[in-house]
Amino acid sequence: MSFPNLLTVPKIDKTGVEERVNRFCKRSIKNSSKTHGLHLALSMIDLTTLDGKDTPENVKRMCYKANHLHDSLQGIPKVAAVCVYPTMVKYAKKELKGTKINVASVATGFPSGQSSLDVKLSDTKFAVNEGADEIDMVISRGKFLAGEYNFVYDEIASVKEVCGKAHLKVILETGELDTLDNVRKASEIAIYAGADFIKTSTGKINPASTMSVAYVMLNAIKDYYKQTGIKIGMKPAGGISSSKIALQYLVMLNETLGHEWMNKDLFRFGASSLANDILMQLQRQESGYYESIDYFSKD
Amino acid sequence: MARINVLKTYKNFIGGKFPRTESGRYFQIKNGNEELLANMCLSSRKDFRNAVVVARKVQKSWQNATALNRGQVLYRVAEMLESRKSQFIEELMMTGLSKSHAKNEVELSIDRLIYYAGWSDKFQQVFSSVNPVASNHFNFSLLQSVGVVSVISPNDYSLLGMISVIAPIIVGGNTCVILSSEKNPMASISFAEVLNTSDVPSGVVNILTGKRKELLSHFASHKDVNAIIYCGDNNQEIKEIEHLSSENLKRVKIYKHKNWDHNSSQSPFFIETCQELKTIWHPNKV
Repeated sequence: MSFPNLLTVPKIDKTGVEERVNRFCKRSIKNSSKTHGLHLALSMIDLTTLDGKDTPENVKRMCYKANHLHDSLQGIPKVAAVCVYPTMVKYAKKELKGTKINVASVATGFPSGQSSLDVKLSDTKFAVNEGADEIDMVISRGKFLAGEYNFVYDEIASVKEVCGKAHLKVILETGELDTLDNVRKASEIAIYAGADFIKTSTGKINPASTMSVAYVMLNAIKDYYKQTGIKIGMKPAGGISSSKIALQYLVMLNETLGHEWMNKDLFRFGASSLANDILMQLQRQESGYYESIDYFSKD
Repeated sequence: MARINVLKTYKNFIGGKFPRTESGRYFQIKNGNEELLANMCLSSRKDFRNAVVVARKVQKSWQNATALNRGQVLYRVAEMLESRKSQFIEELMMTGLSKSHAKNEVELSIDRLIYYAGWSDKFQQVFSSVNPVASNHFNFSLLQSVGVVSVISPNDYSLLGMISVIAPIIVGGNTCVILSSEKNPMASISFAEVLNTSDVPSGVVNILTGKRKELLSHFASHKDVNAIIYCGDNNQEIKEIEHLSSENLKRVKIYKHKNWDHNSSQSPFFIETCQELKTIWHPNKV
């Protein structure tokens, strides 16, 4: 691990990226592939609740949902993980005991990241000790925009250290980084500092994940893989609420990084309402009727 | 130099916007002399699905708007239609109606909107009741909107027929998705422009053009639709609707009559059609 050479980071052609991304949205997908894609997307979801009003009870409810998405549909996968605040980790852990569903916890002063390093590290330690399998940290966007890249790098590296065995996902919060060039730079810093996953957004800022920023991040992963042979994962989060959008992301993933990335170990969706929309689609494919949300569990 | 007329592109009306059909298809509307009048969007099931999504989204807030407000909105629609009377008379005449018939239809349409605007804060009193029961309860019943209604609009009376069906639906707090007259959709889809310039919230009324044969089954089977109104007398279609609607116990109402210009085509019972009767048992003398 070393600090990346930011002088060699490629400049991003914004128009080019948008043109390319538009093409991903126009692929025609046959029905059988669509079903397969929907199953895959479902298995990649980090079911998320990150509200100030979260209680142990609604975290329990969500965990039950993660484990029993829609029991009347045969052969559907479970979601990859649930994503909660550190204080909720122990409840989620207890509910998901014996399942293969991971517990992810946001940390480091989520969502703003405006706290001191000590607080951030102890926040992370707390989540890990409570049993979190994955840590979603936020970077210090203020420091990044002020040009203090070393600070951002060191911070990620220190958090990585206290994570231990837990996977580290680094949230860039691209909605606050302004330009695609910054997104690419932040991706490089996060990857070189030891991120296992890079993640677009907290979901608290608009715009959240867009196809363009995700495409730029996928390319950073691709270049890193070419240089080192190490596979970094990707997690778009926020704003991915329909099956259609999820399938477009999968098309983009497949055509950018290839099928080796098409699994939950290397790609996740951070979403809450996406799961129900996919279930409604799958149910429609089975029954032939358009569905009503009334027949599915509430998020 | 002779001037080239600028023809209107007729499009669907979904969620307060005028999108083309997602399918990219169209069909032709011709007059009696086989002259082309317009190209119409040949909507697909996906257009219908999108329309139901927006209709569902806005339904709660429309239902919770005060009765007074809903009445005012309907009155506003009538005002806007009045100011564009001549356009609609012309459009109806293009499809073969005589001038006097067309004028009559447009005027009746405006009056019908006013009629239902007036009922908005009155129908509740007419249909609600306090019920005598043999226990210590105060028992009363009142009406509540059913939710999202899909409408197969009448083929004749493309404007008046459609307005006669949707005005009672929306005045009661429902939202709707309409398949306009297949024969003469021009005036029906132009009515969307009137809706759009009055104060009807986006998504309360959504209008599609297309073929009954193709869309009927989706209008009837969609599980997020709470009621369907069918205007026509094709027994096979009626049977199909009743069969598919049973899947989610959708309310089915068939209007076989064709005299939409008659006074019998307006009554508060048309409002009641899309209302659920809710009865409340309130304990007293505890």
